[in-house]
Amino acid sequence: MQGSATNSVTPFLLNQLAACGVGALLLLAALAMLASRRPLGSRLVYASCALVCAALAGVALCVLLSPDTGAAAVELPVGVPLGRTRLGLDALGAAFAVIVNLTATIVSIYAIGYGRHAGEPQRVVPFYAAFIAAMNLVLLAQDAFAFLVGWELMSLASWALVVSEDRSEGNRRAGLVYLIMATGGAMALLLAFGVLAGPEGAYSFDTMRQTAAFGPAAIVLALALIGAGSKAGLVPLHAWLPLAHPAAPSHVSALMSAVMTKVAVYGFIRIVFDLAGPPSWWWSVPVLLVAGITALLGVLHALMEHDLKRLLAYHTVENIGIIFIGLGLALAFEASGLAVAAALALIAAIFHVFNHSLFKSLLFLGAGAVLHATGERDMERLGGLIHRMPVTAFAFLAGCIAISALPPFNGFVSEWLTFQAILLSPQLPQWIPRLLVPAIGATLACSAALAAACFVKAFGSTFLGRARGPAAGAALETDRWSLGAMLLFAALCLAAGVVPGFVMDSLAGVSDLLTGARLAPQGDQPWLRIAPIDPARSAYNGLLVFAMIVAAAALTALIVRQFAAHDLRRSAAWDCGFPDAGPQTQYTSSSFAQPIRRVFGGVVFRAREHVSMPKPGDTARARLQLDLHDPVWETFYDPVIRFVNLAADRLNAFQFLTIRKYLMLVFAALVLLLVVIGTWR
Amino acid sequence: MTHPWHTQLAQLVLVLVLAPLLSGVTRKIRSRLLRRSGPSVFQPYRDLLKLIRKEAVVAQNASWLFRIAPYVIFATTWLAAALVPTFATGLTFSAAADVIVIVALLGTARFFLALAGLDVGTSFGGIGASREMMFASLAEPAMLLVVFTVSLFAGSTQLSSISAFMTGPDVGLNISLALALVALIIVSLAENARIPVDNPATHLELTMVHEAMILEYSGRHLAVIEAAASLKLLLYVSLIACIFTPWGTTVAGGTATAYVAGLAAYLLKLGVFGFALVVFETAIAKMRVFRVPEFLNVALMLGLLGAILLFISRVPQ
Repeated sequence: MQGSATNSVTPFLLNQLAACGVGALLLLAALAMLASRRPLGSRLVYASCALVCAALAGVALCVLLSPDTGAAAVELPVGVPLGRTRLGLDALGAAFAVIVNLTATIVSIYAIGYGRHAGEPQRVVPFYAAFIAAMNLVLLAQDAFAFLVGWELMSLASWALVVSEDRSEGNRRAGLVYLIMATGGAMALLLAFGVLAGPEGAYSFDTMRQTAAFGPAAIVLALALIGAGSKAGLVPLHAWLPLAHPAAPSHVSALMSAVMTKVAVYGFIRIVFDLAGPPSWWWSVPVLLVAGITALLGVLHALMEHDLKRLLAYHTVENIGIIFIGLGLALAFEASGLAVAAALALIAAIFHVFNHSLFKSLLFLGAGAVLHATGERDMERLGGLIHRMPVTAFAFLAGCIAISALPPFNGFVSEWLTFQAILLSPQLPQWIPRLLVPAIGATLACSAALAAACFVKAFGSTFLGRARGPAAGAALETDRWSLGAMLLFAALCLAAGVVPGFVMDSLAGVSDLLTGARLAPQGDQPWLRIAPIDPARSAYNGLLVFAMIVAAAALTALIVRQFAAHDLRRSAAWDCGFPDAGPQTQYTSSSFAQPIRRVFGGVVFRAREHVSMPKPGDTARARLQLDLHDPVWETFYDPVIRFVNLAADRLNAFQFLTIRKYLMLVFAALVLLLVVIGTWR
Repeated sequence: MTHPWHTQLAQLVLVLVLAPLLSGVTRKIRSRLLRRSGPSVFQPYRDLLKLIRKEAVVAQNASWLFRIAPYVIFATTWLAAALVPTFATGLTFSAAADVIVIVALLGTARFFLALAGLDVGTSFGGIGASREMMFASLAEPAMLLVVFTVSLFAGSTQLSSISAFMTGPDVGLNISLALALVALIIVSLAENARIPVDNPATHLELTMVHEAMILEYSGRHLAVIEAAASLKLLLYVSLIACIFTPWGTTVAGGTATAYVAGLAAYLLKLGVFGFALVVFETAIAKMRVFRVPEFLNVALMLGLLGAILLFISRVPQ
C-alpha cells in the first residue's frame, strides 16, 4: 500500500483505517462461518461487527469534518485492467459512510439479542458481516471496478440473507425477483460506467471527472436512474423491495431498507452529480417526475398493506421518492447556476437520507421485536401490545412520529428543508421545471399527510386497542439488547430533530464538493436555530419548539394537578353505551384505511369492494371481498413475464431434436455467421 | 427588531383566555340565528371548570398514551396558537418557527388525537380516527399549498414577514391570494370540525368525527382536549386575520397606545370573522362523509392553482 500525492498524512491514515475496517468485516464474515453455529459465537460476531462499524463511523466522521478530504487514496495492488484498486473517502463518501456505519452499529447491538432467536444462525451471520463490508466497499471505491465489485457483493450477500429462511414459497419468490432486479441494475451501472469511461477505459473516478462522457448525457442519466433506482426502489423498479425486505430476518430488513437503499442513492449522486459533468436543466425533469410518482405511490401502497414489515418496506419507497425530489431540485438549481439553492436542496436530500436510515431502522427493529414476541406480521391479528411490550411501544411511537414528519423529531426538519428549496424554485429560468415544481410540492405535502395516516394505522392497529388474537394477548417484552438499540435510535431521531444545525453544518463539505456552494454556517445562528437562506425568510428552532412543547405540557399537567379533581376511576369503555363488544369489533388496519382507499384507491389501484350478505334469517357469514390491482406490476412486469414464458415455451421445441437436426442447426448457424461477416466487411 | 419577551408571554396568555370566549361567541350567534336564545358567551369557561372538577373515568384497557395524549395535544396546539401573530408581529418566538412549523405542530396534535381514539379499542374511536386522517390527508396538503402561495408572494415563510409584506404598498388585489383565501377558509372549516364537514354540537351520530375520537374522555382529560379544540379555532381565525387583514397590528417598538390599538383591532377581527363563520355554518347543511373529500379537493386545487399562477407570473430576478 502506498499513498498517492499526499498533501497531508492524516487523510491517508484515515483512509487506511477505513480500508482496514472493511478488511476486518470480511475477516469476521469468514470467522462467522465457523463460529456462528454456537449461540455465543454468533453473538460475539455481532458484537465485533458493532465495534468495527462504530470505529468506521468514527473514521468517516473525522473525514467528513476535516477540511481537506479525498486527497489520498489507498492503493491495492489488484484490479482491472492490470491496474490497482483505489480506496478512499471524500466528503460525499464519508457522509454516507457515517450514515451506514452508525446504523449498522446500532443494528448489530440489536442483533446481539435478536440473533439468539434465529433458527439457523450460520445462514445469517456470515452474510451479515459480508453485507456491511460490501456496502462500505462501495462507499470507499475510487474507481468503477471496486465500486461494481462492492455493489455485486452487496447484492449477493443481501440475496443470501433474503433466502436465509427459504422454507416459505414467498421468500423463495422474493429471492428470485430480487436476484433478477439486482442483475439488471448492476448491468445498467456497468454500462453507465462504460459510457463515462470512454473508449480508453479510464475507470478511475479521477479520470472520469476530467474526461468528457463518451456518449450522450441522456444515456448516463437513464442508466444511473435504472441502475441506482432499481436498488433504491424508484417506481417502477421498486417491485422487488416489498417482497425482499420483509423476507429477511428483521435486523437485516432494517439494514436493507434503511441503509442499502441509501448506498444506491449514493451511487446515483456519485454518477450524476460528480462524474457526469455539469448537468443540463432537463435532467431534473425525469428525476422529479419519477420521484413524485414514487413518493405518492409508495405511501398509498403502504396504506393498503396490513403486513407490518411490508408496510414499512413500501414506505421506504415513499421516502426514496422524497430524497429524489431533493436531488431533482438540486439538479435543476445547479444547472441554472443557483448554487446556494442547489446546496440547500442537496443538503435536504442527504439530511433525509440520514433521518430515514435512523427511523426506518428503528421501525424495522420494532417490527422484529413484535414478530418475535407474537410470531405475527399481520396487523389484523395484533393489537394491545402497548400493555404487553411498553418499551418497544414507546420506541416505535417515536419512530412513527419521526417518519410522519412531525415536529420536534428529525423527519420534519428534512421535509422542511425540502419545502424551503421548493419555495426557491420560482428563480428557475426554464418553464418546464417551474410548472412541474408546484405539482411536486403538492405531491410532497400529500405524501407527508398520508404518511401520518399510515403510521397512525400502523401504530394503532399493532400496539393500541385490544388484542385481536391469542398470540398478541400473550406477548412478552423483548430482550434488553434489542430495547437498548431501539431506544438509542429513538434518542438519535429526537436529537437530529432538536439540533439539526449540527447535521447541516457537517454536510457543508458535501455541498461544497458537488455544487461548489455552502450554506451559511448554522452554528452561527442564535439559540441553535436553523436558517438556511435568511432568518427573515425562514427559520426553525427545533430546540425551542421541543422545549416549549415539554414546558407547556408540564405546565398544563401541573395546573390541572393543582386545581382539578384527582379522582380517577377505571370502568368499562363507554362506547356510546353499547354493551361490551368483543375485540373483533375494533377497527382493523384494513378498516382504518378504508376511507383513504375509497378516496385514492379507486383511481390508483382500481379498488373494488364486493359485499355478499346472506338472506334475512340465514345465519351464514357475510363476506367482504376486496379487489386491488398493482398498476406497476400489471403494466410493466406482467407483459415481460408473459413474453419470457412464451419465448421459453417456443424454444422448448429445440430441446428434443435428433442429432441430425442439431448438426443441421449448427451448420446453418455457421453459414449465417459467415454471411453476416462477409457482408459486414 | 423584536418586542420585549413579555409581549410573547402576554400572547401566550391572551390566546388561552380568548379561545373559550370565541367558541362561546360563535355558539351564541349561532343560537340567535336559529332563533334560540342560547347559552351565555361565558358558558365554555363554566363547562371547562365543571369538567375539571369531575372525576375522570378511564376505560379499563386504556394505556398511558390515553392519559398523556390530552396534554400533548394541548401543548402543541397552544404553542402553535402562540406562534401566530395576533395583536403584534415580530414576537420573541416568531423567529423560531415559521408557518410550516405551525401546520406541522397541528399535525402532531392530530396524530396524538387519532392515536388516543384508537387506544381503547372501540369501533367509535376507530371510525373517528380513520375519518380524521382521511380528511387530514387532503386538508393538510391544501393548507401547505396555501402556505406556498402566500410565501411565494411575500418571499418568506415567517408570518411576521408575511404580515409586514401584506401591509406594504406592493400588494394590491391578486388572484392567487383570493384563491388562497378561499382554500384556507375551506381548510379551516374542515380542521375545526365545523359544519359542512363535521358537527361540533353532535353526539351519538354515526357521522361524527372529532367527537367520536374523544368519546372515551371525561373529566379533566376532556377539559384539556376541549380547550385545545377552542385554541385551534382561535388559531385559524388569527391566521386568516394575520395574513389577509394585517392592518392595525402592532409592530416592534410601538408605544403603549399602539399595543392597545393592536389589541382592539385583533378583537374586532376575531368578532368579524367569528360572525362570518357562523353565518356560513348556519346557511349550509352538513355533508355526507364521502362528499367531504370532494369539498377538500376544491381547496387543494385552488391552492395548487394559486401556487402555479405565481410560479408562472413571477419573472426570475
